[in-house]
Amino acid sequence: MPRQNFRTAILGSTALAIGVLLSSAAFAEDVTLTIESWRNDDLPIWQDKIIPAFEAANPGIKVVFSPTAPTEYNAALNTKLDAGTAGDLITCRPFDASLELFKKGHLTAVNDVPGMDTFSPVAKSAWSTDDGASTFCVPMASVIHGFIYNKDAFEKVGVAVPKTEEEFFAALDKIKAEGSYVPMAMGTADQWEAATMGYQNIGPNYWHGEDGRKALIEGKEKLTDADWVAPYQVLKRWADYLGDGFKAQTYPDSQNMFALGRAAIYPAGSWDISVFNTQAEFKMGAFYPPVKGAGDTCYISDHADIAMGANAKSAHPEETKKFLAWLTSADFADIYANSLPGFFSLSSHEVKLQDPLAQEFVNWRSTCKQTIRSTYQILSRGTPNLENETWGASANVINGAETPEAAAKRLQDGLDSWYKPGQ
Amino acid sequence: MTDSTTYRRARRWHILVFLAPALLVYTVLMVLPLAETLRLSLYTETEQVRSFVGFANFTVLFGDPRWAQTFWNALGNNVQFFLIHMAVQNPVGIALAALLSVPRLRGRSAYRTTIFMPTMLSFVVIGFIWKLILSPLWGVAPSLLAAIGLKSLFGPWLGQEHTALIAISLVSVWQFIGIPMMLIYAALLSIPDEVIEAAECDGVSGLAQFWKIKLPLILPAIGLISILTFVANFNAFDLIYVSQGALAGPNFATDILGTFLYRTFFGHQLQLGDQHMGATIATVMFLIILSVVAFYLLVIHRRMRRYQF
Repeated sequence: MPRQNFRTAILGSTALAIGVLLSSAAFAEDVTLTIESWRNDDLPIWQDKIIPAFEAANPGIKVVFSPTAPTEYNAALNTKLDAGTAGDLITCRPFDASLELFKKGHLTAVNDVPGMDTFSPVAKSAWSTDDGASTFCVPMASVIHGFIYNKDAFEKVGVAVPKTEEEFFAALDKIKAEGSYVPMAMGTADQWEAATMGYQNIGPNYWHGEDGRKALIEGKEKLTDADWVAPYQVLKRWADYLGDGFKAQTYPDSQNMFALGRAAIYPAGSWDISVFNTQAEFKMGAFYPPVKGAGDTCYISDHADIAMGANAKSAHPEETKKFLAWLTSADFADIYANSLPGFFSLSSHEVKLQDPLAQEFVNWRSTCKQTIRSTYQILSRGTPNLENETWGASANVINGAETPEAAAKRLQDGLDSWYKPGQ
Repeated sequence: MTDSTTYRRARRWHILVFLAPALLVYTVLMVLPLAETLRLSLYTETEQVRSFVGFANFTVLFGDPRWAQTFWNALGNNVQFFLIHMAVQNPVGIALAALLSVPRLRGRSAYRTTIFMPTMLSFVVIGFIWKLILSPLWGVAPSLLAAIGLKSLFGPWLGQEHTALIAISLVSVWQFIGIPMMLIYAALLSIPDEVIEAAECDGVSGLAQFWKIKLPLILPAIGLISILTFVANFNAFDLIYVSQGALAGPNFATDILGTFLYRTFFGHQLQLGDQHMGATIATVMFLIILSVVAFYLLVIHRRMRRYQF
């Protein structure tokens, strides 16, 4: 046997052996992707519905959903990303928090993920660079604000669903006078509840949705303008209709108060639907934020809330991208919207909702104009942070610690100190 | 020659060897992070580039009206938080210890354990329990007050600006009352019986005995407790974070240096964290604590009279 042949044979068999080893390793060992998220409430839905659906369609990839408490998510995620220990898939907060992660190179661009064209530019705006050139998270869902009411209570007291601000306060007065229900379940202890469920809920009707929001960013309108102070003036009036001790009432308190049937109206985010569906034992309905005058155009806050991006340091970029592509599919939109009623898909896929209350919310998309929360884009980039300041202002106005005008002036002064529009 | 040098230069190496483990652990876990924090406060970061700015961060903290206002508010609240502890926790702790050291008291160890129990519970548990007790919706506080006809005195204490800090301070006092009690109790027990007997022979007994004999003898322990309370209060954070959130509501009425530091360093909701301003606040906190502790140790502690038995 010539020596040459022998060497070739050895080389060949070694190569073959290595090849076999490699391929068997690939078969034997599934790639595991880890999802970072703040939605710890959704853990069972991810584990029982979403992940199995993905794994069935993509053999060889395992997915682990590993959530952190919502209030700690941003801080924890930043620390993990800096340390290089974060998961492969990052659930994205809207706007600047995620933009910052992209700029730091923690997130990769998702422009080339197949299926990104199912999202409108507005849906993508929450996770795109200011010039719109790069998108860095795949939009998953939005949340809509409005009011959920106890139908039994409305029947018992004899009030109709209010359409205008005047009817709204008339209904509250009547419920208060009748006495068996707390008119409205909301507290100011957590501050964000007053800002998000109060100010951002009713506000768009007064500042005319996107028009006002964009004008504020462009500097054409100020927070001290009548249109922007008006929501605070309305909020101030809410104080008379909240429960005893609302100043120490937290968000879970409000949820329980309504779910136990002790309150008639609940200023809601659509994410509350799933909580109430499992807890409330009465019939529920929903109405959109009452408008100023009869026949006015109604505006709703349809806020892009949650998306998912890829960790740039992921060890499995291909599989991560596969997962993101699956997020754009009609399958995912259907599973997500139906297992989490109250989170509405941002994609253009037609999704039929089985939950009547959620369907009521999503119907407003055709009757009212949509906008996103006024403080989220660009305006919360500096210090003081407009969103966080708005929490304090809304709680203060309802608590009577600040007048609507003084609160608005404080916010505008804070904004002026670092934000120069048009530059 | 070698022998004589070794003899002359014989260093007590074992001292270093014995000190080394503690020194090493202490340096790695305490000294280095502290030095790094102090260093961070002299830098800033723009567009992901870190640059040295000297004391500019401190100028912002004390010069910018917004930062300064938040800082002084937090410091003021912290001082109030400390004063309430000094005014309530320590006197009550001393009184409890004095009662416990009465020889005729029955069930002494049961009382001791019960009173010390909250100190061993987690902040999260304490915060949650008290939030529930004081809740205007589900709490037992309003119904208990109603039962004795004092319902009108109840208010949403954790939610009102003028009561929130006092309420939180008292919860903290409730939690930590066991520590001064235990330390003073130990100090009282260490007073020799001869001294007490001598006092009794001289006709000093009862309350007078406490004021004239025991109190001067436990004064060093009280000083130590005060300084421990000071350090703990100026480092406090957990209880307020758990019960009032990082924004330390209502309207920053319960904001202390710890929560202010947390919000700045780690960020909150849409506010991104700023390590450098955070380190600046941490440095100021460190200096405050350092100067007060140094003042105590160098000035007060040295003048305190000690009795040897």
